Amino acid sequence: MRRTLAAILWKDLKIELRTKEAFSASFVFSVLVLVIFNFTLDLSSDEALKLGAGFLWIAFVFAGVLSLNRSFALEKEENCIQGLLLAPIDRGAIYVGKFLANVIFMLVTEIMVLPLFAIFFNVAIVERLWLLLVIFVLGTVGFSAVGTLFSAIAAQTRMREVMLPILLLPVTVPILIASVETTAFALGAQEGASFWFKLLIVYDVIFFTVGLLTFEYVLQE
Amino acid sequence: MMRGKHAVDAIFLVITAVAMLAALYMALLYAPTEQTMGDVQRIFYFHVPSAWVAFFAFFLVFLFSFIYLMRGGRQWDIRASAAAEIGVLFCSLVLITGPIWAKPVWGIWWTWDARLTLTLVLWLIYVAYLMLRHYVIDPERRATFSAVVGIMGFIDVPIVYFSIRWWRTQHPQPVLAGGEDSGLDPAMWQALLVCVVAFMLLFFFLLRKRTELQYLRDDLDALHERFDQTVP
Repeated sequence: MRRTLAAILWKDLKIELRTKEAFSASFVFSVLVLVIFNFTLDLSSDEALKLGAGFLWIAFVFAGVLSLNRSFALEKEENCIQGLLLAPIDRGAIYVGKFLANVIFMLVTEIMVLPLFAIFFNVAIVERLWLLLVIFVLGTVGFSAVGTLFSAIAAQTRMREVMLPILLLPVTVPILIASVETTAFALGAQEGASFWFKLLIVYDVIFFTVGLLTFEYVLQE
Repeated sequence: MMRGKHAVDAIFLVITAVAMLAALYMALLYAPTEQTMGDVQRIFYFHVPSAWVAFFAFFLVFLFSFIYLMRGGRQWDIRASAAAEIGVLFCSLVLITGPIWAKPVWGIWWTWDARLTLTLVLWLIYVAYLMLRHYVIDPERRATFSAVVGIMGFIDVPIVYFSIRWWRTQHPQPVLAGGEDSGLDPAMWQALLVCVVAFMLLFFFLLRKRTELQYLRDDLDALHERFDQTVP
């Protein structure tokens, strides 16, 4: 189980390391979102602190949708998915491997975008940097748990690029709210966020479990 | 066999029609006019039953989807999709009647209150469910995918509700003129009850008809296929 999981994860990471397609697309897209926010809203430093958490997560979510879309679209090309399905391995391992790869891709983008955000909007991030990183992990885990499952579904539809965000965004509303609130807390824009931390963890556990259980039905040939 | 089914349909239709007329009478004539809100409050008798029916329909989507994944069987997929379609219909009614009432009473069309927001998010989830069905051609895949989304969507409901409720209490509430929770007159309760029964009957009637229609479509598709095979 652990070895198949590692093999799937390593396969995705290797493809990414060679092409850098998912990363470059989602990173450039996130930066664009921040730049466009700056032009459309023209914020002062105070306002940016108040709204910054929202900006960050909008950038992360849209960039995340881009890289999640690739996750299974890649397998559809050249029918790689057939190979995975023919291999005598647990479907759960495919889900967890893909999920981990997606979490890593999203986190790399998030960590690269964070300093740019701090520079563009004059927001101090160093003080609670570790807390911010923990929040990024928690939010990204929940988002990818649902996202990996829905990416597998969307890749097998006629309108895959459109279908993924339409399916994913309404279901991930709680994770979005909780991530923004905790990030605002970590940036010092608001006080107290323990409820939101609990919600993030609960959401992560529930949706990872449901994703793992339902994934075997989604990959059928 | 067919004749018996039609007889049940006819009886069901008559009962539903009578119940709907009774609901109209109760809501528009029988129930007393609300003191502060006036006649516009009567929309409440259609708004609340629509909301309950919509939530019930989404619960059925979850139930049927679950049964489909566990046991298979095309009838469960057809039932789940029919419940989703009618659920979205009633959910749309809730989202339309709500603002019509809110504008004169609250002075605003919309507020990001927990219940309103939950209804809107639910509507989006089940519209996505219906879109997904539209974009998957293979019937078995369509059934499986939509069952997974139907289950995920419903598990999400309590989490969405609590997150939105908590999120709202931290933000300033819009000023609301007059509370709606001030005790209901017994006649109002009676009217509401009749309306809920009527809407439930209407829901089950539509569900039955929609399921039947899907079976007919399946038959038609099978005939088409056979025709294509025999005639080159």
